[in-house]
Amino acid sequence: MTQMDQSAVQFNVAAMDRSKVLGGMALSDKIFSFATRAAAYGVLLVLAGIIISLIAGAYPAIRTFGFEFLVTRRWAPQLDEPILGALAPIYGTLVTSFVAMLIAVPFGLGIAIFLTELCPMSLRRPIRIAIELLAGIPSIIYGMWGFFVLGPFLANYVEPGIVWALQDVPVLNIIFGADIISNISLFNASLVLGIMILPFITAVSVDVFSTVPPVLKESAYGIGCTTWEVVRNVVLPFTRVGVVGGVMLALGRALGETMAVTFIIGNSFKIDGSIFSPGTTISAAIASEFAESDDLHRAALMYLGLLLFVLTFFVLSAARLMLARLEKRSGA
Amino acid sequence: MASNINYAKRKFGNRLAMLMCLAATAIGVTWLFLILFSLLWNGLPRLTPALFTELTPPPGEKGGGLANAIFGTVVMTIMGVGVGAPIGILAGTYLAEYGRHAKLSPVIRFINDILLSAPSIIIGLFIYGAVVVPMRGFSAIAGSLALAVIVIPVVVRTTEDMLSLVPNQLREAASALGMPRAHVIWLVSYRAARAGLITGVLLAVARIAGETAPLLFTVLSNQFWSVNLLKPMANLPVTINNFINNPDGNWKELAWAAALLITLAVLSLNIFARALSAGKKDA
Repeated sequence: MTQMDQSAVQFNVAAMDRSKVLGGMALSDKIFSFATRAAAYGVLLVLAGIIISLIAGAYPAIRTFGFEFLVTRRWAPQLDEPILGALAPIYGTLVTSFVAMLIAVPFGLGIAIFLTELCPMSLRRPIRIAIELLAGIPSIIYGMWGFFVLGPFLANYVEPGIVWALQDVPVLNIIFGADIISNISLFNASLVLGIMILPFITAVSVDVFSTVPPVLKESAYGIGCTTWEVVRNVVLPFTRVGVVGGVMLALGRALGETMAVTFIIGNSFKIDGSIFSPGTTISAAIASEFAESDDLHRAALMYLGLLLFVLTFFVLSAARLMLARLEKRSGA
Repeated sequence: MASNINYAKRKFGNRLAMLMCLAATAIGVTWLFLILFSLLWNGLPRLTPALFTELTPPPGEKGGGLANAIFGTVVMTIMGVGVGAPIGILAGTYLAEYGRHAKLSPVIRFINDILLSAPSIIIGLFIYGAVVVPMRGFSAIAGSLALAVIVIPVVVRTTEDMLSLVPNQLREAASALGMPRAHVIWLVSYRAARAGLITGVLLAVARIAGETAPLLFTVLSNQFWSVNLLKPMANLPVTINNFINNPDGNWKELAWAAALLITLAVLSLNIFARALSAGKKDA
């Protein structure tokens, strides 16, 4: 073989190795790209799976009760022909979430304003981190604390006073009335829920407040505005969409929260208008009855789950759309 | 004169509003510290070696520990993250790399954000219908899958966020050398975002370590030492749930100790994750 032939062979071998390696690389790229795409579509499949399995599980109840389920007050699973209605848990869910928001929104926003406008710089990070850490504590811890500590305290020292003070005031004596004050009530559940979502509201609001361009605030201060005037006339209007989004996000959590509420609400399917009497929420009803239920009762609990999912889906969608709108604006 | 009164009024309004913000912070932080305090107060007495070596006691008996529940929680958390984290990282990679501008990506992002805050009890119902019923029984596997479904959106979100922070010039430089996309991702993007990716997984672990609602009717719980993944398995959150609903004093003490354990684990995971990503930022 001449020298030229030899180098040509070597060149060929190198070219073959090269194409092999490149082929391998291209193949692994293809496989990896496919795997990531499949995982991403998997997220959509999870949603589809949730909806399908809820509808399938609830189908017997949907067929038996139809839409009347939504307005039936009675919950009697032990009858031979069970009568099951969602009105009491829906009422409890809405009342507890509403009262929780009533407590948590002013406090959450107040803390966020304190953190962004007033707090000394050196304290800002520690307080903010503490609040974010508290948002990570599992909800069963809040529920347990409410059951053992807060519930007895409220029932012994706070609620009797409120009931006594309002007993002759019309309307209020129904809302805040009670024959027997116990450790478990809608109000206690709402308070625990409120304490639990407080860190969420604060964390989102602090993030949202920090999107206000400093120039806007500085110019307001420059013409002599007080801190409160800057907050009310510059920061809040600028971030309104984001704050509402954050509040809705917290509402979504409050509506579906289970373990913080289950122990302390009493699992009673009654509607008597008082927030000091026991009640139930959709998630508490599922949590406390599902394991011991069967047939139609179980299907009805699935139906409740489906209702809860639809409700939170709309609230969370609205929240995300609002937050996205703010993000877009601050990005532009 | 009038302007002076006006000025005093504004100053007073400002004082009042700021005082209320201060009070809100004081009250909010106090509440939250009260919770931590009662956890420590009630949980510390039972935080002994026996807690980690003895099984959960039957009702009415003294002593005992949480060894089986701790084991079960660790096993299910590892399995949940083991299944959920790879899927989450892959999906996050698609959203940040291959499919950054794909038509479906905004939809996936939106759905993922919804799943991120969907009620966890719904996830429990989903796994009950999709796994427990077909398998004809409650099992540790079902519980782990429920936890995995919770892990996925958390990891997708952090992975996408962290990969989006990697400067595009790095990717372009690697692509200019002729690297295929997958190798750019493995050798450049993942390396640059490593601390962030690990943070995301740790946060997911912290999120599921105390999840209770999705476990209630997927694994149930168990009084005994069980390593069979196809059977109900003891775990801390459901043990707390069962022990609270019982007047037994010993169970109540153990429930507090379990709550303290979970809280300490979750808090230290969170702090560790934060320290990790903060250290990265400074470097």
